Amino acid sequence: MKTLLRFVVALSPVVISLPAAAALNVFACEPEWGALAQELGGDKVSVYSATTALQDAHRIEARPSLIARIRSADLLICSGSELEIGWLPLLLTQSGNSKIQLGAPGYLEASQYVAKLEIPKVIDRALGDIHPGGNPHVHTDPRNIAKVATVLEDRLAELDPANAETYHSRGKSFLARWQAAISRWEKEAAPLKGVPVVVYHRDFSYFIKWTGMRDVAALEPKPGIPPTPSHLAELIDQMKSSPAKVIIYSPYNSPQAAQFLSSRAGIPTVMIPFTVGGTDGARDLFGLFDDTIRRLLGVLK
Amino acid sequence: MFEKNAVALAVAATLALPNVAAAQSQEEMRALREQVKQLDQRVTDAEEAAVQASNRPAGENALNPAVSLILNGIYSNLSQDPNTYKINGFVPTNGGVAPPPRGLSLGESELAIAANVDHTFRGTAIFSVSSDNTIEVEEAYIQTLALSYGFTIKAGRFFSAVGYQNQIHAHAWDFTDAPLASKAFLGNQLSDDGIQLKWVAPTTLYFDVGVEVGRGKSFPAGPDGGRNKNGFGSGNFFTNVGGDFGTGTAWQAGASYLTTSPQDRTYDDVDSTGTPVINSFTGETKLWVLDGILKWAPNFNPTERYFKLQGEYFRRKENGDLTFDTATPPASSGPQTGGYATQQSGWYLQGVYQFVPMWRVGYRYDRLNAGTTNIGLVDSGALIAADFPILAAYNPTRQTVMVDWSPSEFSRVRLQYAQDKSRSDATDNQVFLQYIVSLGAHGAHKF
Repeated sequence: MKTLLRFVVALSPVVISLPAAAALNVFACEPEWGALAQELGGDKVSVYSATTALQDAHRIEARPSLIARIRSADLLICSGSELEIGWLPLLLTQSGNSKIQLGAPGYLEASQYVAKLEIPKVIDRALGDIHPGGNPHVHTDPRNIAKVATVLEDRLAELDPANAETYHSRGKSFLARWQAAISRWEKEAAPLKGVPVVVYHRDFSYFIKWTGMRDVAALEPKPGIPPTPSHLAELIDQMKSSPAKVIIYSPYNSPQAAQFLSSRAGIPTVMIPFTVGGTDGARDLFGLFDDTIRRLLGVLK
Repeated sequence: MFEKNAVALAVAATLALPNVAAAQSQEEMRALREQVKQLDQRVTDAEEAAVQASNRPAGENALNPAVSLILNGIYSNLSQDPNTYKINGFVPTNGGVAPPPRGLSLGESELAIAANVDHTFRGTAIFSVSSDNTIEVEEAYIQTLALSYGFTIKAGRFFSAVGYQNQIHAHAWDFTDAPLASKAFLGNQLSDDGIQLKWVAPTTLYFDVGVEVGRGKSFPAGPDGGRNKNGFGSGNFFTNVGGDFGTGTAWQAGASYLTTSPQDRTYDDVDSTGTPVINSFTGETKLWVLDGILKWAPNFNPTERYFKLQGEYFRRKENGDLTFDTATPPASSGPQTGGYATQQSGWYLQGVYQFVPMWRVGYRYDRLNAGTTNIGLVDSGALIAADFPILAAYNPTRQTVMVDWSPSEFSRVRLQYAQDKSRSDATDNQVFLQYIVSLGAHGAHKF
């Protein structure tokens, strides 16, 4: 008991560090939404991202540090579509925070505001860890980010009316720059059209649809199931008859399976950032798409 | 919807091509512009429709709560008869602490139903069906959603926040059975009918404090089912701190203090002649628990590898009166009662390592210290120590190793071997082969 007390006392400087009180506290489940909130909120928001690009948002532990952060959040922004189902519900019930519960203005599920892909026709766990609501990785299409930005801008203004002006003007400026960037990316990514690609998990589906690439296979035998030797053997055969041009994977995937298939099938692999912070180049949302396209074009040269 | 959308886009794109700009008359240009505008509108409409269509359809059934079912089965090979299981040196808990029956048996099947009741409450019920076809309400509680400032209130029947593992459902344990300390001090797992108030501090370091008051319906309170009285039968205070070290290690440390006043808490034993007797305790029990957990995964990504270290230390004081052989007929002067005081402790430490995806290994060490037990009836010479054989000083230990394989998040097969020295007179070599699967809603597990 005494030791514990001493321990608590030793940690008290950390305890005293409260989350920023003046700004709107934003709890983002994924770094892309954290980055978006930062773009729109500037210094009026204090953004905490629960995960990094090196983590698989499907598999996160409801760690004490996350509960501590969600406790003081004014706004929660997550991909939704059951991506965070293994941990977010627990954080919400443990938070003791009514502002960010489902249905409150402080609760925002990004995937609700875009057209989702891969909505399963059959819902059965034999098909892997599927998302009944459709593929949740909506941010890989920049046009979806624009849609969510509009919703987020309004939400920030609703929660913090005193700074509504700032959110609207920042939102306007962001969207203008973003639309310009989309036009540029669409031109740059033109050579990607029709390129057959092997993915690790179906987390780039929106990007693939946007750029017109063709997703021909996944390293995971089923969603959420790590690559197996038998499945990789099948892929090697498949690549012989109809080769893909590139194998892509995320920073949070182990590169082993991709490299194995690459060496056997003679197809290059490339790690693309997936989200903000995934690579040095993907420092913000603009960098995310700049770097993704640059890496893909680089490997396809 | 998407095809339509795509066609509209394609037409729009074709019409917008620069060569169209070379259209010969202004009239044509205007008509084309109008057409593009209309197509643009149709694209927007189609997109909106697609957004709506891609969201889940609603219906009466759509409001059903999340249902999940845990199935588990076990093959046990035990060198000692589980029906004679006891933890020597410790007062029996009357709980289901014995190992599963020898051979093949069905473990507990758990049915969990949970949903938000409304914007104010969330409700959870977990029923467990044992292999002998008895149904038990394991947990059934409501929890507040609408309180702010870090407060949460829970009411109903729930696993008490005493120590760490007690709040975790058996299917999520890293070993087939509970730590010896949980068996000896909490009767395997303590769930009580009560109310819990918890507060989470507004700090970046996780800190919570809470209090629970309960009926005291099972060990260490007594009698079974709780006393016939108003007010509360047990109280528990707890606090936890937790946070991250660097970018891969998460930790949590907790302390709790459970206090209750058993009245006529009975247990079975034999006297010095080998005749079965029922003894009973009335007095006060105080239990302190310190717990700690450390989880490491590279970059907090447990997909490939992770390590988990967990330990708890229990310390219990009991003071009161012990009645020997409650069945003694009053004619022969009635049952004898004398003072009773014990101070006992126990701990375990376990580590689990996932070394490749799907595969984990684990080791656990359990130890209990019988400490001191003073029995008034023995001290006064009325009875001899051999009349209380289960309470004779003995320090049980157990070593456990396990390996498990989880083809997905929803299934697990585990092989476990333990050398259990709970009995003072024999070592039980236990082998368990077990499956645990979960059907239905994707559950979220506590840290």
